[in-house]
Amino acid sequence: MKTLQELQQIRDRMKGCLCNRAMAGEFEPADATVKYHILVCGGTGCTSGNSKTITEELKAAIDANGLTSDVKLIMTGCFGLCAKGPIVVVYPDGSFYQHVKPEDAREIVEEHIKNGRPVERLLHSEKDADGAHKAINETSFYKSQRRVVLRNCGLIDPENIDEYLARDGYKAYEKALTSMTQLEVIDEIKKSGLRGRGGGGFPTGTKWEFAHNSVSDVKYVVCNADEGDPGAFMDRSVLEGDPHTVIEAMMIAGYAIGAEKGYIYVRAEYPIAVHRLEVAIGQARAYGILGDNAMGLGKKFDIELRLGAGAFVCGEETALLQSTEGKRGEPRQRPPFPAVKGLFGQPTLINNVETYGNITQIILNGADWFASMGTEKSKGTKVFALGGKIINTGLVEIPMGTTLRTIIEEIGGGVPGGKKFKAAQTGGPSGGCIPASLIDTKIDYDNLIAIGSMMGSGGLIVMDEDNCMVDIAKFFLEFTVDESCGKCTPCRIGNKRLYEMLDKVTKGTATMEDLDKMEELCYYIKENSLCGLGQTAPNPVLSTLRYFREEYIAHVRDKKCPAGVCKALVSYKINADKCVGCTLCKRNCPVNAISGELKQTHVIDPQKCIKCGACIARCPKGAIEK
Amino acid sequence: MKKQVTLKINNVPVTVDEGTRVLDAARAAGFDIPTLCYLKDITNEGSCRVCVVEIKGMRNLAASCSTTVREGMEVFTNTPKVKKSRKTTIELLLSNHEKKCLSCVRNGNCELSKLSQEYGCDPVAYEGATKKYVLDDDNPYLVRDNNKCILCRRCVAVCNKVQGVGVIGANGRGFNTHIGCAFERPLHTVPCVACGQCINVCPVGALTERDNTKEVLDAIADPEKYVIVGTAPSVRVAVGEEFGYPIGSDVEGKMVSAIKALGVEKVFDVDMAADMTIMEEGTEFLSRLRDPNACLPMITSCSPGWIRYIEYYYPELIGHLSTCKSPQQMFGAIMKTYYAEKCKIDPAKIVVVAVMPCTAKKFERTRDHQSAAGYPDIDIVLTTRELAKLLKSQGIDLAAMPNGQFDDPVGLGSSAGLLFGATGGVMEAALRTVYEKVTGQEPPSIDFKAVRGTKGIKTAVVDMNGTKVKVAVAHTLANAKVIMEQIKNGTSDYQFVEIMTCPGGCVNGGGQPIHSAKVLNTTDVKTLRAKAIYKSDKKANLRKSHENPVVKKLYAEYFGEPNSHKAHEILHTSYTKRTKFE
Repeated sequence: MKTLQELQQIRDRMKGCLCNRAMAGEFEPADATVKYHILVCGGTGCTSGNSKTITEELKAAIDANGLTSDVKLIMTGCFGLCAKGPIVVVYPDGSFYQHVKPEDAREIVEEHIKNGRPVERLLHSEKDADGAHKAINETSFYKSQRRVVLRNCGLIDPENIDEYLARDGYKAYEKALTSMTQLEVIDEIKKSGLRGRGGGGFPTGTKWEFAHNSVSDVKYVVCNADEGDPGAFMDRSVLEGDPHTVIEAMMIAGYAIGAEKGYIYVRAEYPIAVHRLEVAIGQARAYGILGDNAMGLGKKFDIELRLGAGAFVCGEETALLQSTEGKRGEPRQRPPFPAVKGLFGQPTLINNVETYGNITQIILNGADWFASMGTEKSKGTKVFALGGKIINTGLVEIPMGTTLRTIIEEIGGGVPGGKKFKAAQTGGPSGGCIPASLIDTKIDYDNLIAIGSMMGSGGLIVMDEDNCMVDIAKFFLEFTVDESCGKCTPCRIGNKRLYEMLDKVTKGTATMEDLDKMEELCYYIKENSLCGLGQTAPNPVLSTLRYFREEYIAHVRDKKCPAGVCKALVSYKINADKCVGCTLCKRNCPVNAISGELKQTHVIDPQKCIKCGACIARCPKGAIEK
Repeated sequence: MKKQVTLKINNVPVTVDEGTRVLDAARAAGFDIPTLCYLKDITNEGSCRVCVVEIKGMRNLAASCSTTVREGMEVFTNTPKVKKSRKTTIELLLSNHEKKCLSCVRNGNCELSKLSQEYGCDPVAYEGATKKYVLDDDNPYLVRDNNKCILCRRCVAVCNKVQGVGVIGANGRGFNTHIGCAFERPLHTVPCVACGQCINVCPVGALTERDNTKEVLDAIADPEKYVIVGTAPSVRVAVGEEFGYPIGSDVEGKMVSAIKALGVEKVFDVDMAADMTIMEEGTEFLSRLRDPNACLPMITSCSPGWIRYIEYYYPELIGHLSTCKSPQQMFGAIMKTYYAEKCKIDPAKIVVVAVMPCTAKKFERTRDHQSAAGYPDIDIVLTTRELAKLLKSQGIDLAAMPNGQFDDPVGLGSSAGLLFGATGGVMEAALRTVYEKVTGQEPPSIDFKAVRGTKGIKTAVVDMNGTKVKVAVAHTLANAKVIMEQIKNGTSDYQFVEIMTCPGGCVNGGGQPIHSAKVLNTTDVKTLRAKAIYKSDKKANLRKSHENPVVKKLYAEYFGEPNSHKAHEILHTSYTKRTKFE
């Protein structure tokens, strides 16, 4: 058990250690006893890219070169620019190495650390006016970001509580308990304008107030870490990169509403996040931060983990609570809301990871500071997982009100291959497609709703001209059909029937009446489903019908898929003017559908062709057309 | 008094208790709302979405079964949007429902079909993939046909909440969701007690008893066979419902005539066997009461679902069970021993058909040690529903039948035996006899009202001239569990306990006529049927088992005395410890 004074001593000592990491910005220049800090990304993406081996190789090279006392080597959470992983950053200069392989480790150590010459070939390509490689925080990817929730991701060692302490860790809890009443804490959150980052956007402070006002001896604080949108990994990154920020926020919430027990419901498919949470909870307990007398401030608080078995619906709060209790993960009718009757029938505060990620900063910096970021009704920042047809796939945090254009063109680096941006899907399977014409929309809760999408938890999938919007709608709906819990009729059967209608559209067998029937069914499902999953499931269909109706009509009336995606509506032909008779297509066709002699025009037999695209990929002349 | 809330239903102001469901408030105002998944006091999960209404200020439609009233709420139950939504919901259900309606056992009594008709649904409005399931019919009592299941989950709620057994639940998810047992095991490999309460709440034909009517017709048609039918106490107060009689009509005489019209040899009253049970069980109780080392409380053994329950869930307490066979099995045993000998009929040729309010009885007849004469005591068990089906299939109109009488020589039952049909009835019948055996005199009143009624657990202390007997009566297995836990942890001070599996006792057994949720939500079916039994008892001349001349004759001519060696061989049985997931 550490006293407040001892914790402060750790903070002071570690601050000196962390000061080399320039991106943190706020530190005074170093009293550097350690010359270099090498940070290797230990997020899921880079880990699957072998970053553990890279770390081991770096360690071996450091030791072999006798640099052990000059270099501090750590694995951090996600840096965000996943497209360039595995990522290694060397401080104090902020050299940003990308696509690093284990065999590059020796060169980095011997050249950069020993000889002071950064390894050019591995550095991020962006250069400044003087032709020097930009430091990580100056690159276009990071420049427009404002990292509040992700402030420690890619900066600290998530498995070392001391590094978290150095970043004013557990000071917000100390501040809340020593200088604020419960109501003052809640008031601060309310004034900040923070809204739930899990999707619904409900005002967080109000939620805390409801839980506070519920009278009960036993209350719970729950963290929803059951992130499940396809392509979304915001919460995973926070848990992997900065688990203590969630723990501290839950402790503050526990104080504010009067709860002594917290549960973090995290997907079992996030093994790194689970491991780091376990380590963090263990370290917090060892320091007496979690426990019967948390930080010696007189309140009891502890946290238990619950692993989810991969059901998307368990991200819905009532289903999550059911599952936490050990029951089948199915939503129940609200009201009563969890704040009144939640886990084990007791008042329960449930927020998602990213929401908690903001709490300590609001307490430390004040509501006004937080509210200075964002738009009128959406304050602070939002983390997005950027994916799809975009160059800089990864994790970004931007102030609310940033335009879609800034995210896609500036931070995201635009659409690869010179293709045209067609649409962006936010809100995952519950959200909608935003067409290119609305690229200057300022992103906040209300604007996204107004254009038929939603904030959701923060997946942002970019589509280009090669994406068929009917196919996209079908993709998201297939996900929801698969993930429906099966409890209520509209979601269980309605979405299935909707999917079958979409399937007819993509096969060219639908009628114009079917389109009307589809739309009608969409509204029915939205209005009649039991929980948020069903109520939002038709959104991808409705938004694509709204903005890309002509594409649907092309499928139905003209039996054509303009993007050339829907197989049933596409036929492969060889353009005789372009074909040189090289036989490559013929040799690579898996079903022998192509005939033709050497140096003569080849022909595809549409009866045999399975439209796999192998010929198109091989043709050197672009002679094969859909 | 509860706080009152005033709201408007279709612009009509209504004042109801705080906490009332919108559904009930609407019904109070005279506006009916259809339901499928809702069962009053049992489940209101809001999963079917048939009961949706519009509530002013709410973005989406609300399930009225799971929304409670608020002051000033404005509810609309019949707007075009509401009607259209309900229609779509029903049509979607129909799109994944095996529509073999013409020959379905629930034709004419199907909630889905009725709603479809009311809402003018097109059964093929939404066509697409349908799920195909294999029937679960490997057990002797129940068939689950998931192809007809609409996933209202009423069966799950009853199994879990009313019976506390919980062997069924939702498996799979999304469109693949279906009701089943853990690990997709068939029912006969899980600790299902066979009570059949799930059948009684199924709105469609997804759950039915195993149909044994054909075997009865085959036996009647076989000139070699001698068919005897015995009817349980609570059949006569329920079977009329299948022929248009109001709930709670006693049609004993017409029922007897109708069964005789089938062409069977004899129709006897199982009440007589119930009287025999009282003699045997009462005597067993007295000897346990007098033996300081005996296992007390003694618990009744008439309800086969309960027997399965204790064998699965409390096998260590089996010693508390009376060793008496159930009335059904005593009836069959007497037929194939005493009656066969007396009438000089080869017991091999006798077919004993028991008509029961129960599905577990179909299992009970297959138990070990239930073959007193070397042949199964009972050959065929029909539920009340099957009896009605059989009569209808033979063109027999029960309502048009004359009032007949059970056959001699063993047809007569006392009204104490009749009481077996209602919760507390076995206890009351036993007390009428035991009191006299202990004290040698009549009790001050033979109406032991403390053990009547539908309270979950009833207790009473009966003073028998200084011998104080503490008794408890429980119905539903969830209530049985409470008593079992008390016995297990040593806090029970009862000497005699009656347990019935089904809510309300046999009158509400798993084989009784099925009523829609709409009826169940507004009518206390079990109480109405029990009333008919108590009414009959009140006006009966023969109200004590030990005074039944048939009983006296059986002991005089055949068994000697209660609990004699012969009685033990023929009228008693044993129990077995069962493994939950074999």
